Amino acid sequence: MKPTYNRSPEDTSSDNKTSGNISSGNISSGNMSSEQIRYLKRVKRHRITVTLSRIFILIGFLLLWEFSSDYGLIDSFIFSSPSRIAACFMTMAEDRSIFIHLWTTLYETIVSFLLVTVFGILTAVLLWCSNKLSEILDPYLVVLNSLPKSALAPLLIVWLGATQKTIIVAGMSVAIFGSILSLYTSFMSVDEEDIKLIYTLGGNKRHALTKVVLPASIPAIISNMKVNIGLCLVGVIIGEFLAARKGLGYLIIYSSQVFKMDWLLMSIVLLCIMAMVLYALISLLERYYQKRV
Amino acid sequence: MESILELKNISYAYHNLEGETKALSDISFSIAPGEFAAIVGPSGCGKSTLLSIIAGLLRPEQGEITIRGMPLSDSRTNIGYMLQHDHLFEWRTIYRNVLLGLEIRHELSAATKAKADELLELYGLKRFSNAKPSELSGGMRQRASLIRTLIQDPELLLLDEPFSALDYQTRLNVGDDIGQIIRQTGKTALLVTHDLSEAVSLADRVFILTQRPATIAQTVPIIFDLEEDTPMKRRNAPEFKTYFNLIWKELNQDETHI
Repeated sequence: MKPTYNRSPEDTSSDNKTSGNISSGNISSGNMSSEQIRYLKRVKRHRITVTLSRIFILIGFLLLWEFSSDYGLIDSFIFSSPSRIAACFMTMAEDRSIFIHLWTTLYETIVSFLLVTVFGILTAVLLWCSNKLSEILDPYLVVLNSLPKSALAPLLIVWLGATQKTIIVAGMSVAIFGSILSLYTSFMSVDEEDIKLIYTLGGNKRHALTKVVLPASIPAIISNMKVNIGLCLVGVIIGEFLAARKGLGYLIIYSSQVFKMDWLLMSIVLLCIMAMVLYALISLLERYYQKRV
Repeated sequence: MESILELKNISYAYHNLEGETKALSDISFSIAPGEFAAIVGPSGCGKSTLLSIIAGLLRPEQGEITIRGMPLSDSRTNIGYMLQHDHLFEWRTIYRNVLLGLEIRHELSAATKAKADELLELYGLKRFSNAKPSELSGGMRQRASLIRTLIQDPELLLLDEPFSALDYQTRLNVGDDIGQIIRQTGKTALLVTHDLSEAVSLADRVFILTQRPATIAQTVPIIFDLEEDTPMKRRNAPEFKTYFNLIWKELNQDETHI
């Protein structure tokens, strides 16, 4: 029984991949074998099951939450309810206050994400260029990477003041060290022989970087961006907890202090949506890149 | 005739904390323009190291290399290098892969681009210009990598087991194919291989290296009395076996004392 269970997730992923190719190709090939048709049907059925199950879970959860708070099974003051959250959002949307919070968090996250991406790549390139430098800095990067970055936030406030700059730096601090380490690792894992080719063609280290290492690392850079966007959001929220007058992190802390659970849960829901949208945007970038190459 | 490449007493060793590994010891030979020479030897004997030294990627610890009488570092002679794998980059089309060397040397121009087109046409890859490397067969990929080398118009071609990554049938075809291309263009070539039949079918002269540290055990001139001297015809000629056995014996003689 166990092996079948273990296999199924792999099957799913490979099914998804191959089916993408097949559906694009099946217009031209009119004479498919019945086995192929059956296979395509199976893949389609599988996809429908997955999508429907996902929707079902979401709706089921929301309904359960709504009813149990309506009928007093849970305390709606503590646990709120979907309808209260929606109503709360509508009120805040009307006086536009929610958009200020949303925009603040979004802006801080995007700025710190962009800075992390640029600094991460530049530093990793620098480390790649000099073996000596990377060997010297390695223990420091490892320590800084494993340090819980939330511990730095109070320090940053003292040093930089309770400003938006602090929050952006807090966002960066969560992602930057891991980003440098993983980019450096992927730069170093480029095939030595590919680099040798550049030298045989008369190139130098700069050519090795621009013609081989960077282009070969684009998939790694994109997947690193996917990790970073989430981590920057974490850092920004930590920063807002401590040093903000606006933003979703501020809203969460404030509403927990004044016991406005509708606000708090709404902020969390909005954070979920924001994280999802940002991640989806980078996935879109990834798909664009894959299509081009 | 003046030699295009001359090696005098080349020695090289790899160093690590456990000690040094002598790879090459006192290697001397010279190659005449237009000659096709091959180096055979037991695996791991330092054949590839030798090519890397000639290409200027490694510095010999002792000895001297001259190209047309000039020290290697001062020489402006173009040296082409074909590696074991084609190393075509998947993020470039075949056309742009072929242009890579020119791009690096800032030699991209209408004339060199036209030459790329011409070579792609000549070697049957024209319609794959805009294809990705993964869409080509192993033999076609190796041809593309040959064009990438030839487009820089090298006078000396270094071939580092360029067919060893191909399956047997493709290897024969591509080996013959590329061997003929090199002969027709009149390039001087130095081939490193562990495949004796490849060496005999392609080369004018075979250097046999010993186990590490490699020295030249013997030099075998290969002369076929053929009207049309192609690798395939050579394989069928009676001398082929003689040369093969000669080299085989020399190689194994060396290996008996390990």
